[in-house]
Amino acid sequence: MEIIIYGITNSISLALMAIGFSLTFGISGLPNFAHGAFYLLGGILTWIFLNQLGIPYLVAALLSILAIGAFGFFLYWGLMLRLRGLAINEVIATLAVAIVIIEVLRWMGFSGFSYVLPPFIRGSVNIGGVWVDNQRIVMVGIGAALIVVLYLFTRRTKTGLSFRAIAQNERTAIAVGIDPDWTAALSLAMGSGLAVVAGLAILPLGAIDTEMGYDILLYALAVGIIGGLESLPGALLGSFILGFSQILVATFLRAQWQTVVTLAAIVIILAIKPSGLLGKYKELEERV
Amino acid sequence: MAEGEKYRKERLDRGIKARSDTIYVLASSRDLLYLLMPRALPVALLILLPILLHGTYWEKVLFYSCIFGLLALSWDFMNSVGLVSLGQALFFGAGAYFAGALNHYLGWPIFLTIPAGTIGGALICTALLVPVVRLRGVYFSIVTLILPLLFAHLIETLEILGGTHGLLSLSAYPSGWIAIYLAVGALLLVLFGFRKILDEDFGMILRGIRDDDRVVMAAGVNIYWYKAQSIFLAAAVGSFAGALMTHYYQFVGRSVLALDYTILPLAAVVLGGPGSFAGAALGSFILVPLSEALRAMGGLRMALYGLILIGALAALPEGIFHYLQRRYHQFERMVKV
Repeated sequence: MEIIIYGITNSISLALMAIGFSLTFGISGLPNFAHGAFYLLGGILTWIFLNQLGIPYLVAALLSILAIGAFGFFLYWGLMLRLRGLAINEVIATLAVAIVIIEVLRWMGFSGFSYVLPPFIRGSVNIGGVWVDNQRIVMVGIGAALIVVLYLFTRRTKTGLSFRAIAQNERTAIAVGIDPDWTAALSLAMGSGLAVVAGLAILPLGAIDTEMGYDILLYALAVGIIGGLESLPGALLGSFILGFSQILVATFLRAQWQTVVTLAAIVIILAIKPSGLLGKYKELEERV
Repeated sequence: MAEGEKYRKERLDRGIKARSDTIYVLASSRDLLYLLMPRALPVALLILLPILLHGTYWEKVLFYSCIFGLLALSWDFMNSVGLVSLGQALFFGAGAYFAGALNHYLGWPIFLTIPAGTIGGALICTALLVPVVRLRGVYFSIVTLILPLLFAHLIETLEILGGTHGLLSLSAYPSGWIAIYLAVGALLLVLFGFRKILDEDFGMILRGIRDDDRVVMAAGVNIYWYKAQSIFLAAAVGSFAGALMTHYYQFVGRSVLALDYTILPLAAVVLGGPGSFAGAALGSFILVPLSEALRAMGGLRMALYGLILIGALAALPEGIFHYLQRRYHQFERMVKV
């Protein structure tokens, strides 16, 4: 029972971490290696708003989501646009942005037990003999809601449909009047905002640690690669496989093996089935 | 045009360049100097520097510059086959651990561990990367980014090869001169060796794979074999740098697999200009001394490399070396449109 419940919460938290990365990459092919850095920066920004400026929690959370989203948007126009199409330079540039953000935050000392975001609802409930804190349940709720909202967004709204059009066939999309740069900038902004949403849902479970900036990126990559990077069901499947295997390993071996499993999963999946478990042939052509 | 005359920039080859390019018989010592100076001057400087800097702190900086220069050259070589690595630390760490373990557990002397570390490390890295050599672009980079992290975690979790403490008290070089001239010599050899390789038929295939791998495949060339060979060459250079550094420190630990050994060479190549090898070496001879001068910044140095990467990518994507090369061979003037 414990394994099932912690497996599910762990899987949902992985899905939350990965969803923004998958969204940006799936739509505009932009690998946002600064994803983990945005997650971290969002959490710290909220902490500053909350504790140093005294802004109410909800407002602080919304403000930092918007701030990081806007940062992603301007990052596209300011930097990524100049490197568009050179996949490798995009990776190097976003990785460099991530390093700058994380190392500056580390230098400023935003790490440790004094940097904790309060949970949304305190206390815990008993589910089938296992005590689960309310924040984990809220997190699962946020994750589920986000998946539904994203599903509806990409299928029911005009912006969402234009996102999918760009992802499916960029030239045809341009021909019917969709602006690819505008779409890519929006997708980067949304992906960055989603990184902060994930951070706000997950960070109250523990203290903020700057090292997470790199770890979150690895988790997002792992989930995306296992499942297949562009598909929402793939990302979900990937996060459940990874989530449960992490919990199993932590229960039966030692907690340190979690990271080893995650990293090994990326390498092994890319070596034997490069398109991911639910990836499509189009992706296979891009990867191999 | 309503607002008057417009000008555009025109670039022309200098006369001396045209002459020394096309006429095989060199007419004058001036032509000869024009061709030789850019090559001979840095080489002479590199050979003299260890003597000039002997006994000072900057001797160490020169050694580090050569080590990072080797890593940058190895990155640039893989890049010229279209394999973009985000894990030079893997090569570096493999060589460092291989040489360190042979020295620590088996007591092999330095003149055996360094060659063994070079070859052994390169073989390990090639074996690790060959299964993913089919991957394109970003996906290959992701694997290379992850492998060094994976090994750092494995060493920590399994507590093998010294675990978190590392392997201590390895043998030192009999003399400081050997270490520094090994590093300088290797850098020059690799720099001109790689340039030569890319000019040969072998290099033409490598460049073809970078530009369009499917065309090369259609020509009946087994591109995976060529990719594996170039990974081996690049990994050997990186492993050699690792083995060299291990005995310099007389220590090997998980830090050799850290992100530093990936980011600094990468920043050096991007700053210096990819594709020419000389740019990679130039970049590390700018960045390493700069980072030593800014030692007081401590942890912010990594952030500085990141900023340099972003700045170089956005402002001077061709790199310093290509810019200098252009100014050397060509002059610019404004002409009326």
